[in-house]
Amino acid sequence: MAIAENDPLCARLADDLDEAFPELVVQHQQLVFGIAVRVVGDSGAEDVAQEVFVRAYHALRRYPAERVREMRLRPWLGRMTINLARNTLRGRRPTTDIADLADLADLADHPQSTEGLPHQHAQRREERRMWARLLAGLPPRYRLAVALRHVDELSYAELAETLRRPVGSVKSDVHRGIALLRAAYDAEQRGIAQEAS
Amino acid sequence: MTDQHIEAGLRSLRRPAPAGLLDTVLDRLGLGDAYVRVEGPIGPLFVAFGRDGISLVERARDAGDFEATFRAMFGRPVRRIDRAPVLIERVIDARLWGRRRLSGPPPVDLHELPEFEQQVLRKVLEIPRGEVRPYAWVAAELGRPLAVRAVGNAVARNPIPFVIPCHRVVRSDGRIGEYGAGGPTAKRAVLEAEGFDTTELERLPARGVRFIGSDTTHVYCYPSCRNARRITPRHRVPLRSADVARQAGFRACRVCRPVDAPFRAA
Repeated sequence: MAIAENDPLCARLADDLDEAFPELVVQHQQLVFGIAVRVVGDSGAEDVAQEVFVRAYHALRRYPAERVREMRLRPWLGRMTINLARNTLRGRRPTTDIADLADLADLADHPQSTEGLPHQHAQRREERRMWARLLAGLPPRYRLAVALRHVDELSYAELAETLRRPVGSVKSDVHRGIALLRAAYDAEQRGIAQEAS
Repeated sequence: MTDQHIEAGLRSLRRPAPAGLLDTVLDRLGLGDAYVRVEGPIGPLFVAFGRDGISLVERARDAGDFEATFRAMFGRPVRRIDRAPVLIERVIDARLWGRRRLSGPPPVDLHELPEFEQQVLRKVLEIPRGEVRPYAWVAAELGRPLAVRAVGNAVARNPIPFVIPCHRVVRSDGRIGEYGAGGPTAKRAVLEAEGFDTTELERLPARGVRFIGSDTTHVYCYPSCRNARRITPRHRVPLRSADVARQAGFRACRVCRPVDAPFRAA
């Protein structure tokens, strides 16, 4: 993987943080909120996202301009979000560092696309619910890698940097996760077919 | 079941961030200042506001100039938005157009200004629509009757014209006086837009009349005070000064609290 060019937004952040910072939030809020909501669930995700951006701002204030210019914002913010969200969760629930299944299934309940006929809309919603349920059923290690790669659409290089692991290792986690998803999907389809027959 | 199918299914789980996230973050960082372009009584205005209320108003010309002025005054940027928050819209409706009443003073952010200028501008906020008061009145109300010139300077530097109605502060001699947001012509236009008769305003003092008394209530007022405007023509008594009024047995109106200018120069 070629080394990416410096992000033009980073140059702007280095030159004039206050002027460019709103743009950072606009470009990355979906990523940050998306990760937060998968870790802590709907209640609390917005607080986590806010906190990530507030901390990001103060960190960027402290960093020397040369460092800011060379930052890779997505892995940096992604990592910060995972850590903060897990800390939040630790204060709240001692048992697990992921949202419970119900929370994850609720993820699918957003009005993402309203075009089309009502029954198509309902069908899409059912499908989203199914994918959320299948994803939630993966072991945590694969779930996080698969979601960062295919829901948040990080590149493998970004994913490796976010999780601070070698590219090869995160790639294999993603592939393994997808294979498990396919198996779970097939099992579910077989179940539906049996019920129908 | 292809990988593309699975990937499309996973992509459908992307969620948009909540609508208010950007604003909340910027507010928490003190970067929450924004401005809008709105219609004003004598043409479009730029109105800037932050978490403490309205902070800067200028007649809308060049957006870049406005942003630069804001930055020079507050040391931080301001971003343009299409529509003001409801609270700010209400203030604009009330203060610029008199379309509604506010339950209290409007939220204005004056804390970059020296204390005396803040006091002056808060006092000016009290002058009702359709009425004017002299600079000397503001000085007297603040307990510094001799500080007329300082009041004039503070009013001239009003960063929030139209919302803080500095156009309603005039000279004791009846002349309309200077105006920071476009000179005397603009000042006259804003007063006229509020339904104020500026010709009448200047006609009385030109004849040496500063106050109007009522020969039934024996109360005297500034001519534009709502109590003065209620006096029927045959009971109106023109008065040259507060001294003359008192000697003739009149008392000062409790609404407009009229005072003489401390000196009669120019």
